[in-house]
Amino acid sequence: MGSRASTLLREEEIEEIKKETGFSHSQITRLYSRFTSLDKGENGTLSREDFQRIPELAINPLGDRIINAFFPEGEDQVNFRGFMRTLAHFRPIEDNEKSKNPTASEPLNSRTNKLLFAFRLYDLDRDDKISRDELLQVLRMMVGVNISDEQLGSIADRTIQEADTNGDNSISFNEFIKVLEKVDVEQKMSIRFLH
Amino acid sequence: ISTLLCLGISITVWFTLLFVFIIMPAVLGVSFGIRSFYMRTLLKIFEWATLRMELGAKEKNQELYKPYTNGIIAKEPPSSLQQEIQELRGSANSLRSEPEFEMADIFYFCRRGVESIVDDEVTKRFSAQELKSWNLLTRSNYNFRHISLRLTVLWGLGILIRYGVLLPLRVTLAVTGICLLLVLTTLVAFLPNAESYLSEKVHLMCYRICVRALTAIITYHNRENKPKNGGICVANHTTPIDVIILANDGCYSLVGQVHGGLMGMVQRAMVKSSSHIWFERSEVKDRHLVAKRLGDHVADKTKQPILVFPEGTCINNTSVMMFKKGSFEIGCTVYPVAIKYDPRFGDAFWNSSKFGMVSYLLRMMSSWAIVCSVWYLPPMNREEGEDAVQFANRVKAAIAAQGGLVDLIWDGGLKRAKVKDVFKEEQQKLYSKVLVGDSEDQMEDKRSEDGTPEGDESSKDPAEGQ
Repeated sequence: MGSRASTLLREEEIEEIKKETGFSHSQITRLYSRFTSLDKGENGTLSREDFQRIPELAINPLGDRIINAFFPEGEDQVNFRGFMRTLAHFRPIEDNEKSKNPTASEPLNSRTNKLLFAFRLYDLDRDDKISRDELLQVLRMMVGVNISDEQLGSIADRTIQEADTNGDNSISFNEFIKVLEKVDVEQKMSIRFLH
Repeated sequence: ISTLLCLGISITVWFTLLFVFIIMPAVLGVSFGIRSFYMRTLLKIFEWATLRMELGAKEKNQELYKPYTNGIIAKEPPSSLQQEIQELRGSANSLRSEPEFEMADIFYFCRRGVESIVDDEVTKRFSAQELKSWNLLTRSNYNFRHISLRLTVLWGLGILIRYGVLLPLRVTLAVTGICLLLVLTTLVAFLPNAESYLSEKVHLMCYRICVRALTAIITYHNRENKPKNGGICVANHTTPIDVIILANDGCYSLVGQVHGGLMGMVQRAMVKSSSHIWFERSEVKDRHLVAKRLGDHVADKTKQPILVFPEGTCINNTSVMMFKKGSFEIGCTVYPVAIKYDPRFGDAFWNSSKFGMVSYLLRMMSSWAIVCSVWYLPPMNREEGEDAVQFANRVKAAIAAQGGLVDLIWDGGLKRAKVKDVFKEEQQKLYSKVLVGDSEDQMEDKRSEDGTPEGDESSKDPAEGQ
């Protein structure tokens, strides 16, 4: 038995999560099972240590940033709703969703929201701009000790030069979107959840 | 008076039946086939129970929780970090000598990271696996919610039988087995002449009683490959019961730490009549001492083969994790053995962080049965130009293939310890190569292909456990 939830999810909760995230019933119960198996303290929330216990995540150079994305501003615990909300960004975009009611709020897994998720991995202080320092920080995380400061600095400078259109020496969200307009974000930032 | 008489008679009858049907066959090594009949009947009942559950759920219009035996997400076949990042960028010029960075590169790490949060290869190996059909044990059921009356009654009956009949029976047997072991080994120690022959018989007999105490139904395959003297037997490790399962069919020298209490008594008794290798806690860390004692033992051809579990910890029997190289450095013949448990009758995996030894044994003795298959694989020797680590991996792959288990490179020690930084540094190195566009190292990269750590295994320090 993979993990026995100490409290089963209530049907109303499942319905709410379904509406908010678009996951199906069985996907939600399975992800809940996964959530509880990660929750070693069995208190219904995950802490950063719970995530870091996953070896494949711990060796990911951007592991800490990704873990951060799950936690709301200034908090140290994430509950199941928050967990699902973050995971929802990675649902594949289905065609029938595109033609839905245009006044409804944008689904969590839209192209823009996926890009916003990635943008926030760079933009640590959440000021909606990726500064040179923030870019350098992420680059340093990804390459470790294998590239010198000067080389890394010139990489960062070039990247900002290519992306920055309004000359403020940092990359705003719109500039970010522009740089990535040819990338197949829908596919690269999606995970195929099984039914 | 009459009640006392009744009690007396029933106890006598009970013990006679026990003796005739279980202990005598154990002593003589024959079998009535009762256990296989029991197994087949149980299977039929389980299938019926699962069907009832599904029907009941349909009637009540509830959705059944289906275990994610096929995985939560569909993972792409693993490709190298380089390949994936090239794909991300499009096939435009990939051999520029200038360092090239794209903001989209981050997507690769991001997705891999979130995929591992949803479903990773390692953490799920340290808890009992999920079952497709229900085996009437609440401990393995997520759906048990009074779906149907008949089912609840059956489950209640199951509890009565398991705790009221099976458990006392098994505990009696276990106690008998251990007592016999302690007494007989001491006796045998006094007879110097017929010692090894008798001690073999004594050990086998006691293990057979223990096997019946667990209602273990074992199928041995390829017995012609059974380990011989002067070799080391390696097997995948799921539970301490593995020892009983293997020792039921042959005599081995066990390796392990000295314990106190009852275990310690048993250990000392065993040593009186045959040689086992018990280490003090302090000695375990000393790799050279361990290697020397093992080496001396296998050099002596009159001594029994050593039984070792190179994973060093219990894994849940869905995969085989990294083998510690200590046993493979000694340079003798290795006899691999694959043990696969059938979880439908009772999951044998010992989750040591959740259950202590005593509660684990109680759970085992109150399950339906322990059903497993043991395959003796052909002996293997270290080949020319192969180092201990490669040899260990070769043996591991053979065991995994035979037992139908996933062959993992990860260390079982990750159950408790954090993963080493060296693996993250490898990922960083790989990515740096992509940035800097190093073309002569592209051949080297092919070795560390799919982003899983093949590890700088010589930098690990395997503590030689048992």
